[in-house]
Amino acid sequence: MALVDIKNVTKSYGSIEVLKGVSLSIDEGEIVTIIGKSGSGKSTLLRCINALERIDGGEITVEGQSVRTDMPNLRGFRQRVGIVFQAFNLFPHLTVERNITLAPVLNKRIAKAEGRALALDVLARVGLADKIDAYPAQLSGGQQQRVAIARCLAMGPHLMLFDEVTSALDPELVGEVLKVMEDMARQGMTMVLVTHEMGFARNVASKIVFMHQGRVWEEGPPADLFANPRTPELRSFIASAR
Amino acid sequence: MRSFSLADFLSLLSALQWTGVLVLIALAFGAPLALGLALMRTSARRALRWTATAFLQLVQGVPLLGLLMFFYFGMPVFLGVEMPPLVAVGIAMTVYTASFLGEIWRGGIEAVKHEQWEAAACLGLSTWHQFRYVIAPQAFRMALPPTVGFLVQLIKGTSLASIVGFVELARAGQLVSAATFQPLLVYSIVAAIYFAACLPLTLWARSLEARLNGAR
Repeated sequence: MALVDIKNVTKSYGSIEVLKGVSLSIDEGEIVTIIGKSGSGKSTLLRCINALERIDGGEITVEGQSVRTDMPNLRGFRQRVGIVFQAFNLFPHLTVERNITLAPVLNKRIAKAEGRALALDVLARVGLADKIDAYPAQLSGGQQQRVAIARCLAMGPHLMLFDEVTSALDPELVGEVLKVMEDMARQGMTMVLVTHEMGFARNVASKIVFMHQGRVWEEGPPADLFANPRTPELRSFIASAR
Repeated sequence: MRSFSLADFLSLLSALQWTGVLVLIALAFGAPLALGLALMRTSARRALRWTATAFLQLVQGVPLLGLLMFFYFGMPVFLGVEMPPLVAVGIAMTVYTASFLGEIWRGGIEAVKHEQWEAAACLGLSTWHQFRYVIAPQAFRMALPPTVGFLVQLIKGTSLASIVGFVELARAGQLVSAATFQPLLVYSIVAAIYFAACLPLTLWARSLEARLNGAR
């Protein structure tokens, strides 16, 4: 059974239909990269997967559980499905350690010492153990985004969503974030990314999903998709992204 | 008739205590109400927002003097409830504080970016925890300077309690002035005492503002 099963999902903002019947299935351990022009519905789809947006039609299931904004145990679900945002969204008034341990402490009632060990562990995975006592404002954009990833990892998610996580970064900082994501991919994390980083999509993804006008226009392994785009839309997208 | 003496000055200072009591009552009861109003105003539930808005419109549309008169003179007439001055004044100041602080704090809450709620929700925090640990500390920092500023308003506002015969600093000034026939001197001293009480707060608010701006 697929880890994520998206069936015929529709979603409108007012009179604008942004998802027009999207179906997609994601297996455990897959790295799925969603590409497409802005306005194609890719970020919206990602946000629907962890119930940040209400869907109007169709169904999304994650680990067999139907995802709805009013689903039972939404909070437990959110801890299994992590999301990293374009704007990092760290809590500026808390240290890196507190950013990471806030949710485990409140949700799982772990002890203080245990929290620090957890924070050190996940920070080591993003290469920032030495920043545990810093405040977000003292970090570069790339470091902040890596802390945001670590904060997500601390919940022990089964699936991670990445919403254009490198788009707000200076070009020279993109690489360090992508490297962390590559490491996670290698360790078997199931990941769904919306990204403009075609290199990452090509080299790391196990599946590419090209969205256009609220639909999944084409999907397949990156080698196929980039070498032999079947539709003129994907062809022109690839040409423009180069 | 007698001349202004040290005893008069001391009686003014001791009346300042009652000004302080009024401020404390207003804050002790008004601040929790203000928090409730701020939360209602930022709630997702329309009924809560409207209830809070209606209350705020009503209270903020009436001068503090009007509130004082309503609770002291009006309540016995309309509801047949006789209230001692301290209670009537206390209620009026509480309502006044709740409405103005509530709006200041609502502004603080709304100034925190929506994405902060979202990020906290995505970590599986309950709505209360999202507010308590993520939103409120940031909102509090932003709302602190105007909150201290309001405190100055509140201290000066308590002088209106003299209207209903409650002896705080302003009323004590009236009494001393009547006894000594030296209104200019007495009221200057009263004004100086208010100024001395408010100045540290004003300076504090200003330094907070500078510090918080620097931190962003």
